[in-house]
Amino acid sequence: MLYAILCYHDEDCVGSWTKEQDAAVMQKLAVVQDKLTQQGRLGPVARLLPTTAATTLRKENPPVVIDGPFAETKEQLLGFYIVDCKNLDEALAVARDLGEANPGGAYEIRPVGVLIPGSIATGSIAI
Amino acid sequence: MSDTAWIDAALTSARPQAVGALLRYFRNLDTAEEAFQNACLRALKSWPQNGPPRDPAAWLIMVGRNVAIDDIRRGRKQEPLPEDDKISDLDDAEEALAERLDGSHYRDDILRLLFICCHPDLPPTQQIALALRIVSGLTVKQIARAFLVSEAAMEQRITRAKARVAGASVPFETPGAVERSERMIAVAAMVYLIFNEGYSASGDTAEIRQPLCEEAIRLARLLLRLFQSEPEIMGLTALLLLQHARAAARFDAAGAFVLLDDQDRSLWNQKLISEGLALIDKAMRHRRSGPYQIQAAMAALHARAARPEDTDWTQIDLLYGALEIMQPSPVVTLNRAVAVSKVRGPEAALEMIEPLAERLSNYFHFFGVRGAFLMQLGRNDEAREAFGRAIALANTSAEAAHIRMHLDRLMRDSQPPETKISKK
Repeated sequence: MLYAILCYHDEDCVGSWTKEQDAAVMQKLAVVQDKLTQQGRLGPVARLLPTTAATTLRKENPPVVIDGPFAETKEQLLGFYIVDCKNLDEALAVARDLGEANPGGAYEIRPVGVLIPGSIATGSIAI
Repeated sequence: MSDTAWIDAALTSARPQAVGALLRYFRNLDTAEEAFQNACLRALKSWPQNGPPRDPAAWLIMVGRNVAIDDIRRGRKQEPLPEDDKISDLDDAEEALAERLDGSHYRDDILRLLFICCHPDLPPTQQIALALRIVSGLTVKQIARAFLVSEAAMEQRITRAKARVAGASVPFETPGAVERSERMIAVAAMVYLIFNEGYSASGDTAEIRQPLCEEAIRLARLLLRLFQSEPEIMGLTALLLLQHARAAARFDAAGAFVLLDDQDRSLWNQKLISEGLALIDKAMRHRRSGPYQIQAAMAALHARAARPEDTDWTQIDLLYGALEIMQPSPVVTLNRAVAVSKVRGPEAALEMIEPLAERLSNYFHFFGVRGAFLMQLGRNDEAREAFGRAIALANTSAEAAHIRMHLDRLMRDSQPPETKISKK
């Protein structure tokens, strides 16, 4: 079984870490990640850019683009995509296509700051 | 990360919101600051034992408010208490939490706090010092260090600034849309000033002054969270991120300034660059251009160029043209001339700056740029003269050293060929 582990934290607080504090946390995390990588158990890991860089597409008809992160509490996080796009317009176009296939709810579009592709050999995973 | 480091980070990030709310209750900067300090002291005692509260800012506001009211009741009986409707409900925790959800309320608190610091009566240096002390919570010692002045001088500067804003009346009512946007523009300009204070440092002080750039970026992000749909705030934040991304490459080991063309681009911070680029992308969708967005777009064109020769100077020239219309100034035209020299050659660029000579007759960069164009044209005597004037007008030793480098090169180039050979 694959599990997604979603990271939540106070953004203001993480944002006010000094470079040294940030690097120290990342280094400690890398130790845990390295162990999983060696065991072939780590999938992609992403660190997202701040929510100030986020845009939200409400999947209404027609879809509505809103600046800022997804802020509703009545909907839950059900999945995510990582897509390679030239710019925000391209990412929004992908989100619109996805939204047409599956209307309702919203997509929050966030640029990825760091992406570690991971080492899981998908063929060997029973889902 | 240790407990205290976590608490420090939480207190720092909660500060603008908490001090802003306390200022709304007490309508006095000193009382608000003192209340926040007291709340922090209690947090340092209580949080390690009881764990961090769910909402540190709300906790600090409530505790700060209660402690301050107790103090006023106990110690200063002779002074009248603030009217109850101004303090609002004293013990009602639920109300504080309900307020927490009201984003716009907090937005105006933080904006007011920032806006007080950029009061037009205050000279820019006092505005910045006040904002760093009150909003960012840097200590007087830290600010003094960043400004390269003594702690006593900085203490005095901040005290003076506080006295001035205390006398000025700042409306505490919820601002209207027009007023809110005026405040936002003033605050954005101040954040840019803070950044420039750090960015304009010379090599020997760059490291000491760098925190000013980091703090300005933090404040810009804070503004952007308050005004999520303002393209100019996106532009400002992007501009600061893209400029700061080059920090590590801007000075060489000896502390000498390294020109953009000569910088080691592998030292540029790609994480900051991608955040800046993402923000410009967001801003552009609004199709409401502004000076910060244009400057950010220019910085983005530099950031996107893997090598100096890949820079899209034609586009930069066009952007400067747009900036000239929005903010006409000889300095903007001077900067545009650099782009023009890359697109149409030094002769066209020189022609463009000649009309500025009178207005920029005391401006270091004018003579530096003019000298560089003349040098490119092989008019070495005139170039030498321009560089000479630039050195006389240099503000820092790094600026002077940079021009001297050009002069040395001119000197070498103008030596008769046989001297060059005999030197080898």
